[in-house]
Amino acid sequence: MSYLKPLFSHPKLPKNKLGYTLKEYEGSLSTLCAGCGHDSISAAIARACFELSIEPHLVAKISGIGCSSKTPTYFLGNSHGFNSVHGRMPSVATGANMANRDLVYFGVSGDGDSASIGMGQFVHVIRRNLNMVYVVMNNGCYGLTKGQDSATADQGSKNKSGSINPFQAIDLASMAIELGASFVAQSFSGDKQQLIPLLKAAIKHPGFAFLNVISPCVTFNNNPGSTKSYDYVREHIEATSARDLVPGKEEINVSYDAGKSTHVELHDGSEIQLNKLALDWDPEDRNSAVNALQKARAKEEILTGLLYVNTDWKDLHRTLNTTKTPLNQLKENTLCPGVKTLGQINEGFR
Amino acid sequence: MKPTDVRNPEYYHKVVDCQYACPAHTPVPEYIRLIAAEKYTEAYMINWESNVFPGILGRTCDRPCEPACRRVRVEEEPVAICRLKRVAADQKGEVKQLMPQAPFPQNGKKIALIGGGPASLTVARDLAPLGYEVHLFDEQIAGGGMMRSQIPSFRLPETVLNEEVDYILDLGIHTQFLTYVESLREVLSRGYDAVFVGTGAPRGKDLPKLPGRQEGAASIHIGIEWLASVAFEHTKSISKKVIVLGGGNTAMDCCRTARRLGGKEVKVVVRSPFAEMKASPWEKEDAMHEDIEIFDNHVPVSFELEDGRLIGMKFQKVRAVYDEKGKRQLLPIGEPDVFIEADEVLMAIGQQNSFPWIERDLGLEFDEWDMPVVDRKTFQSTLSNVFFGGDAAFGPENVITAVAHGHQAAVSIHLFCQGKDLQDRPDPYTNLVSQKMGIHEWSYDSQIAADHRYIVPQAKKSLTLNDRKQEVELGFDIQVAHKETQRCLNCDVQTVFTEDRCIECDACMDVCPTSCITFTANEDEPELRKNLLVPAENTSQDLLVSDTLKTGRVMVKDEDVCLHCGLCAERCPTSAWDMQRYFYSVTKAYQVPAPFPALK
Repeated sequence: MSYLKPLFSHPKLPKNKLGYTLKEYEGSLSTLCAGCGHDSISAAIARACFELSIEPHLVAKISGIGCSSKTPTYFLGNSHGFNSVHGRMPSVATGANMANRDLVYFGVSGDGDSASIGMGQFVHVIRRNLNMVYVVMNNGCYGLTKGQDSATADQGSKNKSGSINPFQAIDLASMAIELGASFVAQSFSGDKQQLIPLLKAAIKHPGFAFLNVISPCVTFNNNPGSTKSYDYVREHIEATSARDLVPGKEEINVSYDAGKSTHVELHDGSEIQLNKLALDWDPEDRNSAVNALQKARAKEEILTGLLYVNTDWKDLHRTLNTTKTPLNQLKENTLCPGVKTLGQINEGFR
Repeated sequence: MKPTDVRNPEYYHKVVDCQYACPAHTPVPEYIRLIAAEKYTEAYMINWESNVFPGILGRTCDRPCEPACRRVRVEEEPVAICRLKRVAADQKGEVKQLMPQAPFPQNGKKIALIGGGPASLTVARDLAPLGYEVHLFDEQIAGGGMMRSQIPSFRLPETVLNEEVDYILDLGIHTQFLTYVESLREVLSRGYDAVFVGTGAPRGKDLPKLPGRQEGAASIHIGIEWLASVAFEHTKSISKKVIVLGGGNTAMDCCRTARRLGGKEVKVVVRSPFAEMKASPWEKEDAMHEDIEIFDNHVPVSFELEDGRLIGMKFQKVRAVYDEKGKRQLLPIGEPDVFIEADEVLMAIGQQNSFPWIERDLGLEFDEWDMPVVDRKTFQSTLSNVFFGGDAAFGPENVITAVAHGHQAAVSIHLFCQGKDLQDRPDPYTNLVSQKMGIHEWSYDSQIAADHRYIVPQAKKSLTLNDRKQEVELGFDIQVAHKETQRCLNCDVQTVFTEDRCIECDACMDVCPTSCITFTANEDEPELRKNLLVPAENTSQDLLVSDTLKTGRVMVKDEDVCLHCGLCAERCPTSAWDMQRYFYSVTKAYQVPAPFPALK
């Protein structure tokens, strides 16, 4: 088994605006099972950061426990990383984000890490609208402990040992919309053409961006009867729109059929271009997003794409009116008020 | 594009760049792996089966394999293939027992080989084990042809040459040395079933019309004749100041030999620019290392004499100008002619074929350049029982090309003697075997070493310049050789794709370190080449295209910079990718039989 990636790359590998190739955004060789959907998502994250020309040292990857939470080792090897406690990624991300708002935050989690042990944290980080990209690599099972059904496994789905899941699934995307997440999308690890633009839009979104990515577990949940297998997902996938992120101030020369295209402007001037496939759906209307999800579920379809986006809600920094300077750059003269001012403050409490 | 037909033996053969570029198609990665495993004898036998002269070629080959090496495209310097071949030859154990053992049951057919060089010896090796009575004629005292007369012993020790020539002659070849064949008619009248002509390009070019050529004749020599005269020890010294005319490998051998025979100021003067000289870059380097100056862009004007004695030569300075078609012209730059002092001049300005001994009324056609008309595939002349090979067939080439010709001529002669169609040639021997040893384990060393090419040590100049027979290159020692073997990318371990197993998880595409694999909509080749993850601009390298997959896309792999690291197959959950070793041995009249050492 290979533990190291060869040092050579394609001599004609394209470079981004920073002069980096995709190689600079990759991580160590994955130790996950061969064919794991998580590896595809890792590759998509690396590519999204490469395409947006994000400096790798301005990214922080934070994860909990699980197969999904191992992946930050396998992408963005030149970025910051914190592999935290099971289900506690949102707390660590919140702390890091509060301390330094200049970084791009990737929270990488799984269905167990978010929908079971970390549900409380998941709910509250949404409520606070922390500016981060929260990716759930959702395979419907506990891959690291031999594939038991997880809380996102669909009712009636058959696992590898043949038992049928009797419980209702937690639908993380619906829940995120319900709780007021300002950006909610759903995708599939096997569809990078959809996933990469979604990730780019999520990075650019100024607030909490939630991506629920169906990611087949090839070892424990890729069997016939499973609703999270490559074959099942490919057969039941339905997209809300074909989309692309147009970075700020670039001219747009794309024409869509009238009535079918829409776009969402982000605060830095970037736009998410959406070529709508579902006609009765408005990405900026929560009701319509929840309806679309419910309708798809009734038809046993998996609705993917951007489901809901709201760019008006304040993120946590704006809500708390925190300093714009990262804490590590604040000098003594800013942080220490001095004896005189301290005296005045103390006087105020008397 | 249509799905790639990998059942065509040439598809995977072409992926093995070194082997494909080798005229004799030696299975290079196979023997490099054997060297890495310290199986030098087996590595030697793989070579011997294919190129007949591993020890000789490991020192003197023109190495067409090395510029083709994939390593050039992903790093810079090719694997030192040639020098690793020499390691196999230097370190081998008892090999003779693995070779066919004479005497062989005779098949009643008798063939004549005219000339005792690499082409004829190859024919002899391929046909003798099949029971042919082989008669070899050569004017020299021993076999080897130009390898004996023209390659100086500081590049090729006589012991190495004798050993490998004798392996063949010991197969029961009837040799008639010191026998110059004066008439093909006479040879044909002796009732041979077939005649093979491997007489090389024995005539060195001259400058007969250059002023002073006749008067200075005693001090002006034809390069290859002079080298032969040194080799057979008729010439033992040369004057202090020597000019060598010409820029090929023979010129390099001449100047370096002159340095060893007493030449103190040896200068090479060549018409073309330095970069366009025909000599291999390493030969030029070695010459300059021995204090030999190279003057480029100088065209000979005259030999200068004083009191009937040669004192030097005059040259006109030129520059190279190219027209739109890239054709070169050497135009005078208008400076006064240059005089270079010399006591003796060696002319190494090219070689020609010469067939004064072939009667022109035998039905053997000659073309407008007075070259025999020879079929490029069968090596048959217009006289059906006469075959040509080596430099004698299509003009001067090199040893490995002569060997390749010899193999094919032997196939033709064997078919001819059985009354079969010469165009209907047997298939090459091929074998494709999975290297899977278990989960994520391969039976070949799939790690990619980042080492730069290792340098072959040389003997001290003080030693080599004083002894004509002291070999300059010392060859890799075992440790360095092992490190160099690790640079080989194992291009013969093929990435074999089975579409109906693929679940399109993208794992191979994500992990490929050189971005060779893309899953995309099918298009025509030019469009498809543009649509890949990294556009496939090197059109000399093929695309491996799968049949349509479940989602309607195809898998396209650009063979250009694939490292054969096996990661695609390691990360494949369904074994749709497999690493399979491809063994290809070009069609030969006699395949060294199983148990072929590496294929047991």
